[in-house]
Amino acid sequence: MKLLMIIMAAVLANNYVLVRFLGICPFLGVSKKLDSAVGMSVAVIFVMVLATIATWPIQHLLLDPNGIGYMQTTVFILVIAALVQLIEVVMKKYLPALHKSLGVYLPLITTNCAVLGVCVMNIDEGYSFLEAIVNSFGSGVGFLLAMFLFAGVRGRIEENDYPECFKGVASTLVAASILSVSFMGFSGMVDSIFGNL
Amino acid sequence: MEQKTSKLSIFTKGFIKENPILVLILGTCPTLAVSTQAFNGIGMGLCVTFVLLFSNIFISALKKIIPDKVRIPCYIVIIATFVTILQMLLQAYLPELNKSLGLYIPLIVVNCIILGRAEAFANKNSVVDSALDGLGMGLGYTCALTIMACIRELLGAGTIFGMTVTANVISPMSIFVLAPGGFFTFGCLIALVNKLTKGKVKDKQQNKCMGCPGAAVCSQAKEGGCE
Repeated sequence: MKLLMIIMAAVLANNYVLVRFLGICPFLGVSKKLDSAVGMSVAVIFVMVLATIATWPIQHLLLDPNGIGYMQTTVFILVIAALVQLIEVVMKKYLPALHKSLGVYLPLITTNCAVLGVCVMNIDEGYSFLEAIVNSFGSGVGFLLAMFLFAGVRGRIEENDYPECFKGVASTLVAASILSVSFMGFSGMVDSIFGNL
Repeated sequence: MEQKTSKLSIFTKGFIKENPILVLILGTCPTLAVSTQAFNGIGMGLCVTFVLLFSNIFISALKKIIPDKVRIPCYIVIIATFVTILQMLLQAYLPELNKSLGLYIPLIVVNCIILGRAEAFANKNSVVDSALDGLGMGLGYTCALTIMACIRELLGAGTIFGMTVTANVISPMSIFVLAPGGFFTFGCLIALVNKLTKGKVKDKQQNKCMGCPGAAVCSQAKEGGCE
């Protein structure tokens, strides 16, 4: 039950993009077309889960026992960067079709703050290994949901007539604000469903 | 063509002409998240300035030693080192600020401004110029962040720097300190800057990929964007 709660919280109430403001750059950059938005998000889910599988044991088995927890930031970012490179190489060799559709987005993910964010947060929240993986997966799905919804919204914005100075990023941000309001509605929901458990 | 730009213009361009937040649209994530209180805005801005200044100095100093092929990982290590130092300093001397910024301190590592400046400026220019660029960009970031945080704090809580201003007169609209208010304020500020600087700022099309965190590592950035 706790796993279900973590996943619900990560997808809806604490949506990474719209509530916690992580991964805004790809959110604004890649959400113009629906297929690229979905491609990017699937790549993010994939990397988030793998990054958690890699970083959680490193923190708990390597850094903490040796008293070098302060190396967290440096180690994590290097592990993520190496992991992304590795995934790209492996994918290119064994799954060329998948590489063709996701490959473009992989290099962008290294510097995506959502991936590093989820790894650090899993440690900060004191999740167990399984909970950490579930949380990363949920966060990734939340990212997908936000990207997917927003790609649809953006298509509509472009067709409308609005002041010249709002062209581009400004109108996108205002639209994101309205989408974010709708996600605020979820924040009480998770507590009221799972709060009494 | 004037190749040599003056030291002063390197320093000042970060404030308005190439303001990292409002014109280049870099580092949006911490901008939105931290700008709920003016104090946090200044704190975060100064943290970024610190990291930007030192990483620019070091990257510029080491630019001849770092092999071109592995430069991005090297930059990341340098940046991560300074972020770790910053984290330790904050824990020791400003534990309160550290607590309110929380997760966003380690995330300075992946802040596009820092990697972006390393790639676009520090690896081509002298140490002094890079230091000035880092300081100017950092302070420009701080100013923009503080202004945004003041607006949000004033509208959302009726206070500025924790001092009550309008809270007793107008009831605060708390949505402004929540997520939607962040997006909205940021959008309006960018629109305002667009309006005021129309035609004066650098052509947006030229650095379309600057807003993308992967611009430095992305091969497509050179080919005119990923879309």
